[in-house]
Amino acid sequence: MNTLTILWIRQLKKYFRSKARIIGSIGQPLLFLVALGFGFGPIFAKAGGGNYIDFLVPGIIAMTILFTAIFSGIEIIWDRQFGFLKETLVAPVSRYEIMIGRTLGGATIAVLQGALIFIIALFLGFSPNLALLPFAILFAILIALFFTALGTAIASLLDDMQGFQLIMNFLVMPTFFLSGALFPLAGLPAAITFVAEIDPLSYGVDGLRGALGSVSQFGMTTDFAVLGVLTVAIMAIGSYLFSKIQV
Amino acid sequence: MLALEVENLTKKFGDFTAVDDISFKVEHGSIFAFLGPNGAGKSTTIKMLTTVLMPTSGKISLNGHDVMKDSNEVRKNFGIVFQDPSLDDDLTAYENMEIHAVLYHIPTNEMKKRIEQLLGFVELWDRKNDLVKTFSGGMKRRLEIARGLLHHPKVLFLDEPTVGLDPQTRNHIWKYIVQMNKDEGTTIFLTTHYMDEADKVANVIAVIDHGKIIAQGTSKELQEKTKTASLEEAFIELTGHEIRHEEAAPNQRMRMMRRMRR
Repeated sequence: MNTLTILWIRQLKKYFRSKARIIGSIGQPLLFLVALGFGFGPIFAKAGGGNYIDFLVPGIIAMTILFTAIFSGIEIIWDRQFGFLKETLVAPVSRYEIMIGRTLGGATIAVLQGALIFIIALFLGFSPNLALLPFAILFAILIALFFTALGTAIASLLDDMQGFQLIMNFLVMPTFFLSGALFPLAGLPAAITFVAEIDPLSYGVDGLRGALGSVSQFGMTTDFAVLGVLTVAIMAIGSYLFSKIQV
Repeated sequence: MLALEVENLTKKFGDFTAVDDISFKVEHGSIFAFLGPNGAGKSTTIKMLTTVLMPTSGKISLNGHDVMKDSNEVRKNFGIVFQDPSLDDDLTAYENMEIHAVLYHIPTNEMKKRIEQLLGFVELWDRKNDLVKTFSGGMKRRLEIARGLLHHPKVLFLDEPTVGLDPQTRNHIWKYIVQMNKDEGTTIFLTTHYMDEADKVANVIAVIDHGKIIAQGTSKELQEKTKTASLEEAFIELTGHEIRHEEAAPNQRMRMMRRMRR
């Protein structure tokens, strides 16, 4: 076994052992799905948007992946506080390997969590087109990788959980709300359109939506290209910042 | 070649100097004790020697490799038992050992043998599948030590390894370490507050206080120099009677200062 695999397995073991975490992280997306899905459904249909649940679910899956992934990345702060980070930092393996192993682990969990929401949504009336499911999985993986690496990059710069609220309110929440996860990006005020277009999650949501049978705003090729390039870039930045951690 | 060569090593956190221009050498195969009161700069020094903290200035060479420039190569040459916990509490004792074995490239069949032997040695073999968070402080300490001994490094750092352990266990562990030093020529770099331990196992003792090395030599030499009859008395003679505060690590202190300024 190599470093990458063992650190990946470590994340998965910790995830599957923490039932509270699995159940807890279903709660919020489920609430959004039920409250918004059924609450706004009739208005959305009346406005000519079609089935809101079908529109909303890809957004909620993206949200689930976003939250889980960012948290997995930020877990480094916990590892720093509880000491395990040191154990990996003094080991005779490259820090890039450690960073990538952790990121893969976190991303896998995020994708699994997204899949769980996907399955639950099927029972709530979600009727996706499954022909392009492999592409949907691809987009899920890209979103997961991007945000786990982003979480890692941020966590590498933080000493403790003090900045956590800041990240939640000024990064994670806006990323979610302004990504088009909840509403179509067509016909919005210019400022909001601009923010949505620089929001990486927009491309994830849009790609996921396209792959699951709804209309894609940017086109799936653009979504893939943008998200792919950003993911590679943030992995590089995250690896660099991680390699500079001191304890 | 020396196991460790430290020249003019300094670490500053803001205007606080944690380690102040220290130099020392550690011979291959020796047991070197690094003693000092709380907050003297021991752990900060060890962090720099083990590549996890960048010095403000100075040079460190471990087994001939430059610690700052060649940190990947350096990491292949040492092992460490940290002063504060570094286990993953959500994993079992065995899994913690396993991760370490993989990180240190121990072949799989060899790994199983060594994990069993070492967990047996610290009497945790029958608890191997229990999560570490269910362990007592002493058990965690024993597990950390077992993990540190899993791969056989050329230089082994032990930062207060026996804190919180009963005399039987301490004895048991030091015997093993001394044997390892004899059999494999492992260089041991240790810190401890138990003077009897340092007295018993160390060939050379350095005393650090306020970031500076204030004395160095064998236990006997230190006693002669201070005209005292035991290492403990010599230590107190050298470092004074004043009780030191157990403060947050200097880098944490610095963080607090930064926060206050905001």
